[in-house]
Amino acid sequence: MDKIDDKPLTRWQRFKDNDIVWSFLSSPGAMIAAVVASVMILACIFAPVIAPFDPFDPAQISLWDGKLPPSWVEGGQSKYLLGTDNQGRDMFSTILYGGRLSILVGLAAVCLGMVLGVTLGVIAGYVGGVTDAVIMRLADVQLTIPGILLAILINGVGRAALPYELRDEFAIYVVILAIGLTDWPQFARVARGATLVETNKEYVQAARIIGLPSLLIMSRHIMPNTLRPILVIATIGLALAIISEATLSFLGQGIPPTTPSLGTLIRVGNDYLFSGLWWITLFPAVALIVLVFSVNLLGDWLRDALNPKLR
Amino acid sequence: MISFIAKRLAQSLLVMAIVSAVSFSLFNFVGDPVNNMVGQDATREQRLEIRDKLGLDDPIITQYSRFVGNMLKAEFGLSYRIKRPVDDLIAERLPATLELVFVSAVISLFFGIILGIYTGIKRNSWISRVILSTSLAGVSLPTFVIGIGLIYLFAVHLRWLPSSGRSGVVALGWWKTSLITLEGWRSIILPAITLSLFQLTLILRLVRAEMMEVMRTDFIKFARARGLSERAINFRHALRNTLVPVITIIGLNIGGLVAFSVVTETVFQWPGTGLMFIQAVNFVDVPIMAAYLVFVALLFVIINLIVDILYFVVDPRIRLGG
Repeated sequence: MDKIDDKPLTRWQRFKDNDIVWSFLSSPGAMIAAVVASVMILACIFAPVIAPFDPFDPAQISLWDGKLPPSWVEGGQSKYLLGTDNQGRDMFSTILYGGRLSILVGLAAVCLGMVLGVTLGVIAGYVGGVTDAVIMRLADVQLTIPGILLAILINGVGRAALPYELRDEFAIYVVILAIGLTDWPQFARVARGATLVETNKEYVQAARIIGLPSLLIMSRHIMPNTLRPILVIATIGLALAIISEATLSFLGQGIPPTTPSLGTLIRVGNDYLFSGLWWITLFPAVALIVLVFSVNLLGDWLRDALNPKLR
Repeated sequence: MISFIAKRLAQSLLVMAIVSAVSFSLFNFVGDPVNNMVGQDATREQRLEIRDKLGLDDPIITQYSRFVGNMLKAEFGLSYRIKRPVDDLIAERLPATLELVFVSAVISLFFGIILGIYTGIKRNSWISRVILSTSLAGVSLPTFVIGIGLIYLFAVHLRWLPSSGRSGVVALGWWKTSLITLEGWRSIILPAITLSLFQLTLILRLVRAEMMEVMRTDFIKFARARGLSERAINFRHALRNTLVPVITIIGLNIGGLVAFSVVTETVFQWPGTGLMFIQAVNFVDVPIMAAYLVFVALLFVIINLIVDILYFVVDPRIRLGG
């Protein structure tokens, strides 16, 4: 700034001068990733509006149109842009609906893990003593076993505990629970660390002295101040959760083929790969990779932007 | 030293106690064990007899201590589906998994460390940039997608390598190996690459970060000021000081490889313990699930313990600081 302006800054100017926004506007990789991720997420959310076909409506599916290649390949039809799968469903529409499910499960699982982890982490950091030891030991124990194994196990037990006829119906919730329960220790560790720093600051001491209840101090004063590092873990966690869901579904442990997610689509397509029907696998896989890659890029950028040491 | 190791040991025992409690409770929460053993047609008397024989009416504590007792003898009962002792099944399939994990570990450590050092030293060369961007893509590629891609390229399209299974198996005593025949190597190479790629990218990034950290320290600047050759600085001074974190990395690496062997073995129909576990989960074969859980937890506890002790041996700062 070349001259001192005594007019108060407008909201937009203040927004633009925010260090994170500035860092975002000056890193092209992050901007491209953000655009790609938001276009994909919006397209999936509005799948019912955008998709040319409804893959769940039997009236719109014709087995005669099954296994058609993409429209630009010989034998493809122009109304099926990316071809059709083995049941005659339009690949483009199915991917949109599948992506919607994948993103939904990923978001829900991360939220579950975050709420659980942050709550336990803040309590552990603020209360200390035995509570702290118990919670953090539990997190340590869970971290000794890799997430994907634990998710498979929780998911398997969850499914087995349900009566047979309800399994498909509740599969989504079981998957969300399995992934969410797997990734809480990361959140708990970071939240606890941030809480330990905040607890010794003056505003928390002041809040204690005026006699605010501990619950209020934790939820209204400490928790908002732990959110910056949590945001980074949540972004990278979203990419991991989407991969975990796809992996579970690919292993046949996740979302059933009647309401396919991206992982389920790849699993189904894999059975047709040897007969040369590459598009049933390739397009969902590309959608999955691009989605995860752009979320990962965003997470990477966010970690650098929020870490003043690296600037 | 002794108190440090004792503390770690206590923690390991705690992990095993919790894991054994979880796998014990699997038997009680998931389905009725008697039903699973005799099927629907058994009479009431037969059921009661089995209940009595298994001691299912004993207090929960008695049952748990019996379970732990059996666990220490590596006995987990008969598989519900295959009707064979679970410990035999695991012992039979263990060589396949361990060989796969071993080959993948060698691939990922070798390339991960070399590329990590290179990108750490030559930070701004375009080769480093390409390697780094590719590694971010590698983190975003799910293991099973890599596997499918490799199968399509090398088995379906080029027809160079077999698409699945483990062939060329030769028995060396009780250990059935596929690493001494050409056929065996041809079948292990695709799954091993698939399994190693994700770990490779992780190792690369960790070694690079570590290398960059060391290159910024004063003793490297001092070595430069003394006029030592680049080679001596990079390898005699910098690399040595990155070795401590690399030990952790190797520990984490083997753990991650064992975990993701479940996915890789399913994609390639590799007859190891991971594939067995997935099939057990599909059929709710509780004894195998419980045994696998205990087995994996034990493996991880041992790896972590060895890593902690190695830390102690390698880094004098930890040794002296307690």
